[in-house]
Amino acid sequence: MIEFFDNLLGTGMTEMYVNAIFTTVKITLLSTFLAYVIGFPLGIILYGTASGSIFPNKSVNAAAGVIVNILRSIPFVILLVMTQPLASVIVGTKIGDNAFIFYLVVAAAPFVARMIESSLKEVDAGVIEAAQSMGSNNFQIITKVVIPEAKPSLIIGSAIAVTTILGYTPMTYLIAGGGLGEMAVRYGLYKFDSKTMYISSVLLIILVQILQETLNHIAKSSDKRIRNQQNTHQKKEKKS
Amino acid sequence: MIELKRLSKVFDADSKNITAVNDVSLTIEKGDVYGIIGLSGAGKSTLVRCINYLETPTGGSVVFNGVDLGTLSHKELLKQRQKMSMIFQNFNLLSQRTALKNVCYPLEIIGTPKKEAEEKAKKLLETVGLSDRMNSYPAQLSGGQKQRVAIARALATDPQVLLCDEATSALDPNTTRSILSLLKKINTEMGVTIIVITHEMKVVEQICNKVAVIENGEIVEKGYVKDIFMSPVSDIAKELILPKNEGIKRVLSERVIRIAFDGRSSVEPLIANLILECHAVVNILGADTKDIEGTAYGQMLLQLPDDEAAVNRIKAYLDKKEVKYEEV
Ligand SMILES: Nc1ncnc2c1ncn2[C@@H]1O[C@H](COP(=O)(O)OP(=O)(O)O)[C@@H](O)[C@H]1O
Ligand SMILES: [Mg+2]
Repeated sequence: MIEFFDNLLGTGMTEMYVNAIFTTVKITLLSTFLAYVIGFPLGIILYGTASGSIFPNKSVNAAAGVIVNILRSIPFVILLVMTQPLASVIVGTKIGDNAFIFYLVVAAAPFVARMIESSLKEVDAGVIEAAQSMGSNNFQIITKVVIPEAKPSLIIGSAIAVTTILGYTPMTYLIAGGGLGEMAVRYGLYKFDSKTMYISSVLLIILVQILQETLNHIAKSSDKRIRNQQNTHQKKEKKS
Repeated sequence: MIELKRLSKVFDADSKNITAVNDVSLTIEKGDVYGIIGLSGAGKSTLVRCINYLETPTGGSVVFNGVDLGTLSHKELLKQRQKMSMIFQNFNLLSQRTALKNVCYPLEIIGTPKKEAEEKAKKLLETVGLSDRMNSYPAQLSGGQKQRVAIARALATDPQVLLCDEATSALDPNTTRSILSLLKKINTEMGVTIIVITHEMKVVEQICNKVAVIENGEIVEKGYVKDIFMSPVSDIAKELILPKNEGIKRVLSERVIRIAFDGRSSVEPLIANLILECHAVVNILGADTKDIEGTAYGQMLLQLPDDEAAVNRIKAYLDKKEVKYEEV
């Protein structure tokens, strides 16, 4: 099997591709996960502290908003360079895959926070009002009403987040990291091996499509707002 | 049971003040089905949201079972809200939960064990006539069915009061009638006090015993529905009571009186005799009858002749017969 692919791709290349795929998937999923660990609570804060929301707080909202906006407006490469000292402290190194995950998280967390915020904002204010009228506390409103109601939109948001993060992975070539994107850049730019460049690019595209389609499908099938056809004829009012 | 004392709510919107509720005092007694009627923008929703403190009043107080809600901590307030449920025009069901799980929600937040909650929810869904749609999602239900789920959900915590904000305004007339009779049943059989916010007189007529008429945030008239039907005082009450008919509006510029009568008096001989006795011709512009708390009430719009003497004779005749009338 490996031989077959090696003949096709070049000696030793199969293993390289497989490793590159693993590295890319690992970097993408880990960064997305960590970006959510930070971005999700931040998104809830942005949403909940807004005026007219569940626990309005002008100063917290303004502070969170400013941090998020500043981080989001710094181009990724510059952010990477700027946070290198921080990476040394937190990750122990400025280069390599782990350091790269750190840079991705710093860049993606504020982006994730904004997406979470906008998904939560879509939840019908009336439903929240109903929950409040039943005596729900703020924690219950967030965990039992707002997040479950926003679930389909949150999943679609995660598809956008994960594919965007994946789109940034080729930048690892700057700091000696690995993965499909790095491979495409290295072979295309420095080794003038366009075959490897195209193959790794196509693999990257396939990866994006798989992640996107899977998450969108989960979002769709979990959304109970979609009336399935089987039920349309049951619309008639039942009298008591 | 609920006492609103000089309640006010002023919104501070874009640096200009909007007085949505102005100095409202009302007493709602246990067992009442209390209607609050007014046109759109009158302040009905704001008023009802002040009753359970979803909106904090800017003046006055809400006293519920002797407790001034304004003096409570947030936590205590949440407890009180569980005794005061609310249903809405847009149903406001959790779209990602089934009907059963929607009804379970209020029980979940007070920590009722899951099994117990589901059993109670099932019973309530039976009460509202939806036992066959327990596992349907809101998107699969009709408007009337959704409101039934919302009613079941509102009843889950055994509330003493049910606040209904335009609960039937999104429904067709037949569904409205069936939802209203369900509410009436809940009132009589379960002893739940109900506050009904509406812009439709027919809703008040069908289920309320008392009514307050709200205009520009103020209560302009309040009392028993039958009294207000027989002799409305405020312009807005008259407007809401009059039979809705295009033709009537067009001729209202002329001399028209509205006479109201209850089931005890028979109307046809009255008009016939009026014509004979007063030697005057009247034109019947419109009439309808309604059933208010089991008694038939009727109203009739009469166009009077231009002759001032004849009008006076007619009025004297109506006074003699003790028939209530007013010019409209
Ligand atoms: N949150 C708010 N901020 C500012 N104005 C409001 C707010 N809510 C309601 N109002 C105003 O208060 C008035 C009464 O509104 P509302 O109580 O919704 O009336 P109704 O329910 O009778 O139609 C309206 O003029 C409306 O614009
Ligand atoms: Mg309203």
